[in-house]
Amino acid sequence: MRRTTKFAALLTAGILALGACGSSDSDGESSTTGSDTPSSSAPQSDVKVGMAYDVGGRGDQSFNDSAAAGLDQAVEEFGMTPNESEAEDGEAENAREERLRTFADAGFDPIIAVGFAYAASVGKVAAEYPDVHFAIIDDSSLADVPNVASLVFAEEQGSFLVGAAAALKTQTDHVGFIGGVETPLIQKFQAGYEAGVAAVNPKVKVDVTYLTQVPDFSGFGDPAKGKTAAQGMYDAGADIVYHAAGGSGGGVFEAASESGNLAIGVDSDQYNTADPSVQDVIMTSMLKNVNVAVYEYLKQVNDGSFPTGVTTYDLSVDGVGYSTSGGMIDDITGQLDDYKQQIIDGKITVPTEPK
Amino acid sequence: MIGRLTRLMLAISTPVLALVAAFAITSLVLLAAGDPVLDVWDQILSVPETRNLANIIDNATVLYLSGIAVAVGFRMNLFNIGVDGQYRVAAFTAAVVAGEAWLPGYLNTALAIVCAMAVGAIWAGIAGVLRAARGVSEVISTIMLNAIATGLVAYLLRQVAVREEGSNQIGTKQIPEGSRIPNIGLGDGTSSVYGFIIIAAVVGFAFWFVLNRTRFGFDLRATGQSTTAAVASGISVKRMTVTAMLISGAIAGLVGLPILFGDSYTYGSTFQSGLGFAGIAIALLGRNNPIGIALGALLFAYLDEQSNPLQILVGVSPDIVAITQGVIVLTVVISYEIVRRYRQRLEQQQVARALESERGEASNDKAEEVPA
Repeated sequence: MRRTTKFAALLTAGILALGACGSSDSDGESSTTGSDTPSSSAPQSDVKVGMAYDVGGRGDQSFNDSAAAGLDQAVEEFGMTPNESEAEDGEAENAREERLRTFADAGFDPIIAVGFAYAASVGKVAAEYPDVHFAIIDDSSLADVPNVASLVFAEEQGSFLVGAAAALKTQTDHVGFIGGVETPLIQKFQAGYEAGVAAVNPKVKVDVTYLTQVPDFSGFGDPAKGKTAAQGMYDAGADIVYHAAGGSGGGVFEAASESGNLAIGVDSDQYNTADPSVQDVIMTSMLKNVNVAVYEYLKQVNDGSFPTGVTTYDLSVDGVGYSTSGGMIDDITGQLDDYKQQIIDGKITVPTEPK
Repeated sequence: MIGRLTRLMLAISTPVLALVAAFAITSLVLLAAGDPVLDVWDQILSVPETRNLANIIDNATVLYLSGIAVAVGFRMNLFNIGVDGQYRVAAFTAAVVAGEAWLPGYLNTALAIVCAMAVGAIWAGIAGVLRAARGVSEVISTIMLNAIATGLVAYLLRQVAVREEGSNQIGTKQIPEGSRIPNIGLGDGTSSVYGFIIIAAVVGFAFWFVLNRTRFGFDLRATGQSTTAAVASGISVKRMTVTAMLISGAIAGLVGLPILFGDSYTYGSTFQSGLGFAGIAIALLGRNNPIGIALGALLFAYLDEQSNPLQILVGVSPDIVAITQGVIVLTVVISYEIVRRYRQRLEQQQVARALESERGEASNDKAEEVPA
């Protein structure tokens, strides 16, 4: 009995400690950014912005970081006072609500919720604080709530373009898609990519795999899993793999580099942000400009109006797109821009769900 | 042997010792990280508002059930790491059953709860049968079953999921209003706690009653303390293993239900995870005692509730909460061991003293006899 207890204690302490380590990369940052007051020469604003990140927070080199970049830009330009807080893995729903309430009680307005996981919490807390303004990214189920702005992206449109690029560039008529976690959101990336490939050449084969299933969200932060999955695709004959897997994408690039193949990045221009040793395999990246959405939202707030309703960041406003850093797709940008125009004109409708 | 007062003092000193040690170690961690130690303790020790109190009680209710589920196994010397998988499979089942609403009103709720307990019991029972029939360590098999549960629930969720317009969440059908368990108001008009807390209290009482007041509970504890002694007194260890796992799993099946019937009304991609592991820590904190587990659950929920204000108002990483929780678990186990050894020595000394004085009296008697 006592032996079991000791074993269990050790294991539990280990799990808790590891949990703390897992997110320790954001240690300290949250404490410094909170007190980052602009210097006297910088523009002043009495707007206090509360940022509620999803799991991973600032420093995840992906989705949250992109939102943070938009916040930083706005803070620098308008002199707003920011404060940040991030979700923990496996936290209760009421912890998400409480995060928003703590911001609201401390006088933060607007409060930006990063990620669709906040949908229910924002819905509830926005009703409790009708005078505080909220924004939520990647969710439009709160379109009718007067004090909520929904910032969503047409990920399928950007994915369509990189899919077309992959189909134009493949030598083996075989490409791949790796999703981090199988959620409706990541399925939009898959659907657009497949449609883009098919638009160029329906004969090109598309391998699809997801790293994890909900509620296991580790697929967004596990480079080892990404590498294994990509390696399998390259071994099977694919020569270009597109990942929508957040932090796991680093492993995809490694696998591409080791096998002499190409990969497509996601969210930001990963040619510039990824490890320099794998830079030459990143053919292009599907840009999902969360930073633009956050910045634009805060810009309007700075101008004195709080946007509400749904704002869709699609190709027509350059909310999504593709990157050309590295020059690997310079020869096909004409064709891609042609597709882009057709999508903007409505001649091509990109599906949001995989077939 | 030792006096009532000494025993009481020892019983009180253990958790106090543990908390003081945890306090000191956490302060050192804060100092090392360069965080404002005083502000952190000021925030952690501030009186929570009613709203926060409701959150603490709600989260403690969930953690309590998880702790009890783990404690059933511990009492039998079984280490059920699989509570995590068991509660997710069970909560999903309950969400589907209640969402389909085959029965009206609370009959629907009751059916869903029974289904959840049954599924939890079956999921844990697999590990129990493997242990009893094939000697497979329940630690290994329940960890494996956790992974299988994750995949299975994810697959089934996609089969039955409904998706709200504009949302990126998927979830089971909403439970009809008539089958939801109403929350209990805390008197300030807005804050309320899960009605399921009553069921949790009943489970806690049943746990105490069955273990301490029934033949079955005696058999279970006996098997946990010594398998050979249990066999000698005619207890079937294999049957006890399977039964204990079934009960542990059935209680694990209840873990997610307060959330399901009191708050979310659906099992979706953001349903709380990791509750089973928290339960292990809480069973340890509570020394497998129903009251102790309640205190442990409240302590953990209380600390969890500090995570957001610590981040937003004090500006320290919320990881400090996880560190404090881990430190508390360790200091509690260590301080119980220290006090146990101290008490043992105290008892031995008393026995020795008693023996000595007896011998002394005996020799005095002899000495008195001599001159006569």
